[in-house]
Amino acid sequence: MAENVTARVRAPREASAGEVVSVRTLISHPMESGMRRNGDGEVIPRSIINRFVCTLNDEVVVDITLEPSISTNPYLQFEAKVTESGTFNFTWYDDDGSVYEESSDISVS
Amino acid sequence: MNTKSKIATIAVALGMAASSSISHADEDADLVVNGEIEMVVRTAAPAHLEGAVSTIYSGWVFRSDETQAMQADDFDNPGMLFVEKGEQLFNTAMGADGQSCASCHQSSDLTNVRATYPQWDAEHSEVQTVEMQVRECQTEQMGMEEPWGINSGDMLDITAFIASIGRGQIVDVAIDGPAHETWELGREIYYTRFGQLELSCANCHEENYGNRIRADHLSQGQINGFPTYRLKNARLNGVQNRFRGCVRDTRAETYGIGSDEFVALELYVASRGNGLTVEGPSVRN
Ligand code: HEC
Ligand code: HEC
Repeated sequence: MAENVTARVRAPREASAGEVVSVRTLISHPMESGMRRNGDGEVIPRSIINRFVCTLNDEVVVDITLEPSISTNPYLQFEAKVTESGTFNFTWYDDDGSVYEESSDISVS
Repeated sequence: MNTKSKIATIAVALGMAASSSISHADEDADLVVNGEIEMVVRTAAPAHLEGAVSTIYSGWVFRSDETQAMQADDFDNPGMLFVEKGEQLFNTAMGADGQSCASCHQSSDLTNVRATYPQWDAEHSEVQTVEMQVRECQTEQMGMEEPWGINSGDMLDITAFIASIGRGQIVDVAIDGPAHETWELGREIYYTRFGQLELSCANCHEENYGNRIRADHLSQGQINGFPTYRLKNARLNGVQNRFRGCVRDTRAETYGIGSDEFVALELYVASRGNGLTVEGPSVRN
């Protein structure tokens, strides 16, 4: 199981209606590919974040499938068009079944 | 020098082509972290380098635009994840008496540590690195029987935290007084050719900085950015571990992490950066 997983998000707090804003996320995670072997020649089991979803007021902004060759501490940056105030919700899904969540409010004028 | 190593040396020399046409680094860029902390990435060399180099440069200057940008914003700097862990460790009870570092230190009292270490410790009559000082606190103040290893993950995290609170401070390690003898030893090592390739630190980092060596852009090998987050291994790297890598690359047996020789070399190399700013954790390739 992945230890010490911390998710971080940076999204603007304010925007004007119709603006396209940039959202950045980072999660600390080993992203063990399942292709490596340890010193004894045994395969180190795969342990990755396999899916990431961002919604704004329950509408999907991005829904991403992550693959084993993505490096440790995946950093994702994307854009969202905002029309009204609300909340971004961010969800990361771990191979081990853990789900990590963050949110960030935005007020639109 | 036998024929084999001569050929190898020539190959290395040829690898150091002029960089201007292929380099993606913006060597004239300035570094301001978070729009707030103004870094000195180039400045006049300290007096003891007279005749050797006139300007000293942070390793940041030689990195690609993308790598440079990662260090300009804490959110983009993966090293900051380890700083957060280091800050947690700082506040975590450890050792026999259940004390944490924070029981005795406010982090705001440690902001000039990174800029002034390695430093002479009168009580132990030796030059100490930050890691040695932390281990001393663990064994002598906190009753820990097994202090953290110098190159352990916990040690890297806490030293990254200590560096981060000192960012922007001007590096100013003392080289006179009781530390001078150690400094002299460090300087001697810096100019000694090692390994089958018979290369000294100076051959690469003093005579050839700015040039290309294979796919890499040679810096002055400064340590103001340590611990560094390297994209190559996606984790923090300590100073002496980096020294070890560089010595190994000359195909030599290396000194150990924590050895007297590497402590002396760390003091000497730190003093070559007197005038630059503390950047740790920096981002390097
Ligand atoms: C019981 C009190 C105590 C605890 C707990 C303690 N220290 Fe210290 N620390 C000291 C004292 C006293 C000194 C100054 C004397 C010396 O050099 O040992 C010091 C010095 C230092 C210095 C050098 C400061 C300077 O300005 O040169 C650093 C860095 C440091 N400690 C880090 C730590 C860290 C990291 C921890 C936790 C792992 C820690 N200390 C835990 C008492 C403590
Ligand atoms: C064969 C050439 C070569 C020799 C000899 C060499 N290095 Fe390096 N060193 C490199 C390269 C290449 C890099 C990576 C690019 C850079 O930062 O210069 C590097 C990086 C470094 C860095 C990291 C700089 C940063 O900004 O993060 C330090 C510190 C360093 N070297 C110190 C030393 C010391 C001390 C010695 C002597 C024991 C030494 N090197 C010997 C080639 C060399």
